Amino acid sequence: MSLLVTKDLVKWFGDTHAVDHVNFTVRDSEVLALIGSNGAGKTTLVNLISGLFRPDGGQILFRDADVTHQSVHGRIKAGIARSFQLVNLFDQLSALDNVALTIFSRDGKTRNLATLASGDSAVWDEAADILRLFGLEAKARMLAGGVSQGERKLLDVAVAYALRPKLLFLDEPTSGVSTREKAPIMDTITSVVRSTGISAAIIEHDMDVVFNYSDRIVAMHQGTILADGTPDEIRRNEAVTTTLIGTTETR
Amino acid sequence: MDVLLIHLLNSLLYASVLFLIAGGLSLIYGVMRIVNLAHGNLYAFGAYVTAWAIGTVAAGASVPVLLVLLPAGALAAAILGAVLEPTLLRPFYKRAEEYQLLCTFGLLMILEDLMRFIWGPYPLSASTLFESFGSLPVGESIYPTYNFLVIGVGAAAAIFLWAFVYRTKFGVVLRATSQNMRMASALGVNVNRVYVQAFTLGCFMAGLGGAIIVPGQSAVLGMGVDALVLAFIVVVIGGLGSLEGALVGALIVGFVREAGITWFAEIELAVLYLIAALVLLVRPAGLFGRP
Amino acid sequence: MSTLAPALQQIGSTAQTLRVAVPIAALLALVPLVLPPYGAILLAYGLVMAIGALGFNLLLGYTGLLSFGHSAYFGVGAYAVALMVKYLKVGSMELFLVGAIAASVLITALFGVVCVRYTRIFFGILTLALSQVLWSLAFKFFWVTGGTDGLRVPTPSLFGGLVTGAGDKTAFMSHAYYYYVLIMFCACAALMWVIVNSPFGMALQAIRDNETRAEFVGVRIWRYRWVAFLVSGVFTGLAGALWVPLNGLTTPDIMHWTFSGEIVFMTVLGGFRSFAGPIIGAIVFNYLKTYAIGYTVYWQLLLGTVLVVLVLSLPTGIVGTAGKLAAKFRARSSG
Repeated sequence: MSLLVTKDLVKWFGDTHAVDHVNFTVRDSEVLALIGSNGAGKTTLVNLISGLFRPDGGQILFRDADVTHQSVHGRIKAGIARSFQLVNLFDQLSALDNVALTIFSRDGKTRNLATLASGDSAVWDEAADILRLFGLEAKARMLAGGVSQGERKLLDVAVAYALRPKLLFLDEPTSGVSTREKAPIMDTITSVVRSTGISAAIIEHDMDVVFNYSDRIVAMHQGTILADGTPDEIRRNEAVTTTLIGTTETR
Repeated sequence: MDVLLIHLLNSLLYASVLFLIAGGLSLIYGVMRIVNLAHGNLYAFGAYVTAWAIGTVAAGASVPVLLVLLPAGALAAAILGAVLEPTLLRPFYKRAEEYQLLCTFGLLMILEDLMRFIWGPYPLSASTLFESFGSLPVGESIYPTYNFLVIGVGAAAAIFLWAFVYRTKFGVVLRATSQNMRMASALGVNVNRVYVQAFTLGCFMAGLGGAIIVPGQSAVLGMGVDALVLAFIVVVIGGLGSLEGALVGALIVGFVREAGITWFAEIELAVLYLIAALVLLVRPAGLFGRP
Repeated sequence: MSTLAPALQQIGSTAQTLRVAVPIAALLALVPLVLPPYGAILLAYGLVMAIGALGFNLLLGYTGLLSFGHSAYFGVGAYAVALMVKYLKVGSMELFLVGAIAASVLITALFGVVCVRYTRIFFGILTLALSQVLWSLAFKFFWVTGGTDGLRVPTPSLFGGLVTGAGDKTAFMSHAYYYYVLIMFCACAALMWVIVNSPFGMALQAIRDNETRAEFVGVRIWRYRWVAFLVSGVFTGLAGALWVPLNGLTTPDIMHWTFSGEIVFMTVLGGFRSFAGPIIGAIVFNYLKTYAIGYTVYWQLLLGTVLVVLVLSLPTGIVGTAGKLAAKFRARSSG
């Protein structure tokens, strides 16, 4: 069953086809890796699906509903959430606040300006639980701007996860993180994702991460999908190995 | 017919001065990504200095002498700008934008009272130069000749600036720094120096606007903020950071204001805001701006 | 309650805040009994400004929007009262407040729609420009607003006519009206405290910290900014309404950008990154202004210079700097 389907999705930037008639699918309960050299169109594709950019052509269907022209708010309500390549958090709020705020927003409670936020213990309990899931409970009271890069990356994912999405887009969740920390971060992310049955599409450059954690790999090149298959199939795919060798880091 | 011509000339007169102020604002923003809230007061400062030079210091001198002294305001504004940028603006480039706005707002207040302190609370005029030019016949009416000079300066400034930015080596450096400061710096451009130069040039333009208009109308406290607000309308319409936008915006504002004054005197300012609001709604980056 | 209590930055728990606020309110209540009438009236002005500054800081400190045109809403509140006196022959403070709130809601809703689509510089100058429009209208339509002469506002009756201004005006202002202002101040401060500590307040801070991320957790930016703008303007309009009976008169200069500058200044002076900063800043500023104006006519110069110095070296204002010093002191004495 396809959770997400794009049909002939197009995005121009000036004269360049950043995304060139892409037919991209994500299935239920799968962890998918989106790979490709810089400029292949991966982030643009995610930006189009999450609603940051408007497409110049094509369609985006999420759970059979057409979300092509939906607002960001609408897509979040439908069940699409994302994290960012350059960590995007509320730096002056604590880690716990970051997640709690997300839950308040998800439940439509941010409209309340006459009740104290601290009074809603259900939200704070859930926020604490989510932090625990991601191993961040020790940093709950620290300002998001003050925790380590690895923790910020995890917090970014936790915030997206707190929206209770059906499809989670993660844009380079281990970039800028030391090699030692990559595996624990990916372990945490994938265990959370798999245990809740949501789908995740992860943009990654690190091939070890890609091959160790994904059910399926989609390779992009110059705005189009080059190959789509299981890790084994992709490993044996000559087109992929020739275009991506030397341009992606393998640590 | 000549009434229409007079309206046209008045619009161009207004547009010339507005172009100088707004163009300076846009140039500074284009290169440095800052908006100096005190920019209008540099225009006022230029007006005061010139009015003082022509109307007080050299009062009674011959017309050629007065003409030579006319740009004094522009030079004074430029010098002030060259002093202000490294001292009061540079500390804020790396900080949150609110601080920069707060600092330039503080500067606005300082300059306003500085002008009051130096020149007193009453308007300062320098009308002898204006009157000595006499007037030219326009159809059956007459029009002050001096105003043609103002329009001429405005046009010349537009041409000179265009040439400067697009035809000189410094212009290339300016454009490079405005498009990608880090890259320019990596290529060896002394960004600090470019910033000071760009800021000084922007202040010079504002001061020049004040200098050339003051013979026709006195320098008065509060003219700086009024000018800032109008310059803002111009850059909203034309696009912040674009010199062509400043020119087109200035022309539009000039014409609309003239029409407004003639037919809707009370709400002339409101009509301008309406246009600015419309432009913001339809094309938020302005007609020539980069979104 | 959850095992991990919420830790909103710089906003203490309710209990902590009450422990500080209640004694202060009690002290303020003693003022008319301790200070001469002039002292109480001066403090009343300070409390009124504090309400305005609280409103202003909802936008700056909590939403990240710096408005240079808040004098407009103060003026709308003040003129609403004056016009009610002039045309409706009303004299009740409660009716004044209702009228001022209604007028503020109208104007801020309208201005907000225009201003809130933009941020930072554009927002700042738009707010400045719009307030200048109102100021110039107050001049131009002098047959309505009294032009530069302004409009007089007599002593109002309080609590639905229970307390009237008949008799000694100074005594009325320094006692009955002072307590009225104090009650309004406490109510406004409490209300604003709840608002910034509400889920809505958290959403505003999220927008301030990271607009993109806020959008991507489902917060609709324009709407929230617009509501913040509305609340902010209404608080300031309320302040204007409370101010005008104290002043006895309202003139166009309270809508001039220089007054907006004072609001900005007092908030930065107190510290815009804290809840109490605007309050402290407003009261301190009020005293500063009263005594400094006697010294110099170059008030703008003083204000501007101090603002620049503040922003350069003491950006967290009085409250922030005091907090840092207290923390250092605590660290030293325990270490």
